[in-house]
Amino acid sequence: MRKIDAAIITETVHDLFLQANYFIGTDIFEQLKQRRELEESPIGKSVLTQIIKNNEIAAQEQLPICQDTGLAVLFIELGQEVAVVGGDLNEAINAGVSEACTNGYLRKSVVDDPLFDRLNTNNNTPAITHINIVPGNRIKITVTAKGFGSENMSRMKMLKPADGVEGVKNFVIQTAVDAGPNPCPPIIVGVGIGGTMEKAAILSKRALLRPLGQENQDPRYAALEREVLDEINKSGVGPAGLGGRTTALAVNIDYFPTHIAGLPVAVNICCHASRQAQKVL
Amino acid sequence: MDRAIKINPPVSTDEVRALQAGDNVLITGTIYTGRDMAHKRLVELLQAGKQLPIDLKGQFIYYVGPSPAKPGLAVGSAGPTTSYRLDPYTPALLELGLKGMIGKGTRSAEVIAAMKKHGAVYFGAVGGAAALISKSIKRAEVICYPDLGAEAVHKFYVEDFPAIVVIDSHGQNLYQTQPPQYKI
Ligand code: SF4
Repeated sequence: MRKIDAAIITETVHDLFLQANYFIGTDIFEQLKQRRELEESPIGKSVLTQIIKNNEIAAQEQLPICQDTGLAVLFIELGQEVAVVGGDLNEAINAGVSEACTNGYLRKSVVDDPLFDRLNTNNNTPAITHINIVPGNRIKITVTAKGFGSENMSRMKMLKPADGVEGVKNFVIQTAVDAGPNPCPPIIVGVGIGGTMEKAAILSKRALLRPLGQENQDPRYAALEREVLDEINKSGVGPAGLGGRTTALAVNIDYFPTHIAGLPVAVNICCHASRQAQKVL
Repeated sequence: MDRAIKINPPVSTDEVRALQAGDNVLITGTIYTGRDMAHKRLVELLQAGKQLPIDLKGQFIYYVGPSPAKPGLAVGSAGPTTSYRLDPYTPALLELGLKGMIGKGTRSAEVIAAMKKHGAVYFGAVGGAAALISKSIKRAEVICYPDLGAEAVHKFYVEDFPAIVVIDSHGQNLYQTQPPQYKI
């Protein structure tokens, strides 16, 4: 059994949350630049220019890309031959997030009770953590900073099996287009199909992690991703919702077996500030 | 996208009426910040017949909850938040003489009607361009509600703050007019 100290987890989560908040992924940065060249709307072009410049300033000066420095959502692949010692794993994760907020001047955007009190926890925790037990003796930690302008535009629906491919297509396109300017387009669209209600939602969030330009390995799903992306970009919503060809940078679909009676579909929207960082311990 | 109009709040109704949807502006001067909780408190004061802690006549409100300032900087990253959450409170403030709001996303029919009636504009700033925008904010101080943290009402002194007139005082709305031009 390999042992990993909880303090290492805290340090890693701390560093990854800051890295995600200051440095946009090169895949997104390059895609934004390419799209700017293709953008036909003058306003859209100028919006993309501001977004690109913003990413440059954030990286150079280590400033948060966006003032909504996000709810910390973590995906952890925990090798079954690893033991976390010297502390509680969840506490270690929250400590990493909270220390990153203080040391890195991030905004504290979490309230404790969602309905009645809505008091700020003042340390941006708890984080939302999805843990998967996998073979091996390593831990892969992916930290994302999820903004809520785009999270609020996400939807899930239990479709009927008879709704089929058309039903899925329409639901995803409509969700992305109806969101209009609110999720800070250009957006990235994560889609989870199958499983159960919560499984589809988690799949859709995980789909947002996939590097831009990488398609689903199943050619049928890959074709669906291309088609839906194309349709969303025909909507004219454009950068910042002010018109143009660039509404979405990618549509990433993940799927999972489901029940004979169901077709769950979840659409998780992420803004252009799709912030994530990962490390294998 | 070529010409940018310089504006310096406080502004007159005539200045506001001259602005048109699609105009690029560079704002220099004092603007106030406010989000959900601050708006709620301001409107509750009004409903109780009390005076507001700030005079909104001719002023702009920027919908923003900045991240904390690094040492040596006036403010942290400071991009716009989604405006529709403030729609229920906005007509009352427009009636008091508020002349502009800066945010992102659509506004309700009631807000647009009140903007037409009182002469006010809605500016869009680019969501997620928060580090870039922070460069135009030179000074920041908390004016009221410090207990709200990032949501407290701040007074910002800005220089060449970049925004675009998204909905003008005549009801012209880029969110309605622009996307259809690029729809295929
Ligand atoms: S949706 Fe994204 S880019 Fe827009 S304000 Fe929220 S975190 Fe920032």
